[in-house]
Amino acid sequence: MNPLKRFLQSTSGKIGLILTISILLISLLAPILHPYDPATDRNYLLRLKPPNSEHWFGTDGLGRDILVLVWYGMRTSLTVGLISVGLGLMVGLILGLIAGYFRGYLETVIGWLTDILLAFPSILLAIAIVTVSGPNLQSVMIAVGVVQIPIYIRLTRSMVLSLREQEFVIATKALGADPTRIIFNHILPSTLSPLVVQATLSIGTATLEAAGLGFLGLGAQPPTPELGTMLSDAFKSGYSLSSPWTTIFPGLFITLSVLAFNLLGDGLRDSLDPRS
Amino acid sequence: MCKYIAKRLLSLLPVLLGITLLVFLLLHLIPGDPAVVLSGERATPEQVEALRQQLGLDRPLPLQYLAFLEKLIRFDFGTSIISGIPIADEIKNRWPATFELSVAAMLIAIALGIPSGIFAAVRKNSWLDNLLMSGSLIGVSLPVYWLGLLLIYLFAVNLQLLPPSGRISVETGFNFKPMTNFYVLDALFRFDIATLKDVLSHLILPALTLGTIPLAIIARITRSAMLEVLLQDYIRTARAKGVPGYLIIFQHALKNALLPISTTIGLQFGNLLGGAILTETIFSWPGIGSWIYEGILARDYPVVQGGVVFVSVNFVLINLLVDISYALFDPRIQYK
Repeated sequence: MNPLKRFLQSTSGKIGLILTISILLISLLAPILHPYDPATDRNYLLRLKPPNSEHWFGTDGLGRDILVLVWYGMRTSLTVGLISVGLGLMVGLILGLIAGYFRGYLETVIGWLTDILLAFPSILLAIAIVTVSGPNLQSVMIAVGVVQIPIYIRLTRSMVLSLREQEFVIATKALGADPTRIIFNHILPSTLSPLVVQATLSIGTATLEAAGLGFLGLGAQPPTPELGTMLSDAFKSGYSLSSPWTTIFPGLFITLSVLAFNLLGDGLRDSLDPRS
Repeated sequence: MCKYIAKRLLSLLPVLLGITLLVFLLLHLIPGDPAVVLSGERATPEQVEALRQQLGLDRPLPLQYLAFLEKLIRFDFGTSIISGIPIADEIKNRWPATFELSVAAMLIAIALGIPSGIFAAVRKNSWLDNLLMSGSLIGVSLPVYWLGLLLIYLFAVNLQLLPPSGRISVETGFNFKPMTNFYVLDALFRFDIATLKDVLSHLILPALTLGTIPLAIIARITRSAMLEVLLQDYIRTARAKGVPGYLIIFQHALKNALLPISTTIGLQFGNLLGGAILTETIFSWPGIGSWIYEGILARDYPVVQGGVVFVSVNFVLINLLVDISYALFDPRIQYK
């Protein structure tokens, strides 16, 4: 059975795909469907209004519409998730390819770096990096990306170790191909399926971690809307207890975004890597 | 086995050195002069210079690192810039709170996660399996800080069943003199039922919050480990011999499925000890996590450095214990 058929048979995969596409579309189209300037958005006459026909998700302590904030916040959270996973994947992939193909002292050094990065609880490592580089979105992307790097190094290295012994690689080497060509033209394509599955699952984790940093006040700074920061504002101001809608909707949409990528990742794993 | 343990301990040394090096460099990677940053905005040049000398920041970097290592070996993490309290003392005071919370969270995760996984595996593809596995998928997708806020809103504010924050009520805490700082143990040792009830009521919500993700992960691992074992020939033989279903599950299958489950529990426990920062912050739990968070907010870098080193070393040691227990529990594994 081909992977597409297997994917279409997976209920979780289909739900995940629909959810992911919807979330990505909503996030991408936000500036076209509802142009918004966070710097000027506030209306003190509408402070802390519960959900109603005009403001479906209610308003926050500055009288801002929570639906719009969640909408744009999701855009920020997803951007962070996608870029950080991209960063982690790129660096981890290259280091994993080098470690697995060349072995020797390069593998030892890269292995040591991987062990060190894995020795920190992920959120703590991310916090340490953001503390040093300053609380802003770029730092969060780098921090969450760095946390992802060792996962990709290990995954890629383990696949390359077995691929480099395969006959097609040995034959290419015997024909005189240089290592760059062997790695990128022959080994890399065979490693892509598990990496795609891992990357999809990682976007969920990265989004959670980025929102966690936002919650600790280390993420996007006001007035940029971000889901973790919205929860943090509601928590610190006490509105999470008196006006629960300021908490419920941002958290619900973080969960939905993470769930979408987890479901999609599960479906992709079932179809691309059925043995796992 | 002893040789294996010695080898694993030796292989840990470069990792521990790497952790300390990375954490040491953190302070030096802060943009600007560390002495100026640490002294604060209002410090005079004389105060900055005094701090530079006090912390040895005027010496070459390798010497500073060696001094840092030497202090660490003596469990000297320096002092907090804000409170002036030695960081080692603060760790000694706060560590039991984090440990107690993590143990409680893990107990909840194990008590609910393993049975859920077993039920899901035994009733594979039934509505119960789908319900439990959907629940576990939502569990791993939940931001714990959001769950914590919802639980506080529901159980502390609306239903007023449980306290929203802290480790002990003010009135109970006034007369309570902890011996070990593990409040549950202290109350138990003294047969102080009123305090025990108070301490446990404070523990429930944060433990439930912190335990959600491990619970979901343990349920998923238990299901897949059980499914694998339930397909084995010896299970089919036991069934053919007429062994009752509950005996097959608990005596034949679960025993053999326990290895991946116990490994996951160990790894998750390590994660809890380090990842409690968000839960502790929400519930004002006076543990290591909330202390690191306060350090971040106050830009108290020695606190962040000390806290991160301590938690990471713990994390590495727990992972080592998991590795060793793996070799102890499964005689089929041969370590060379």
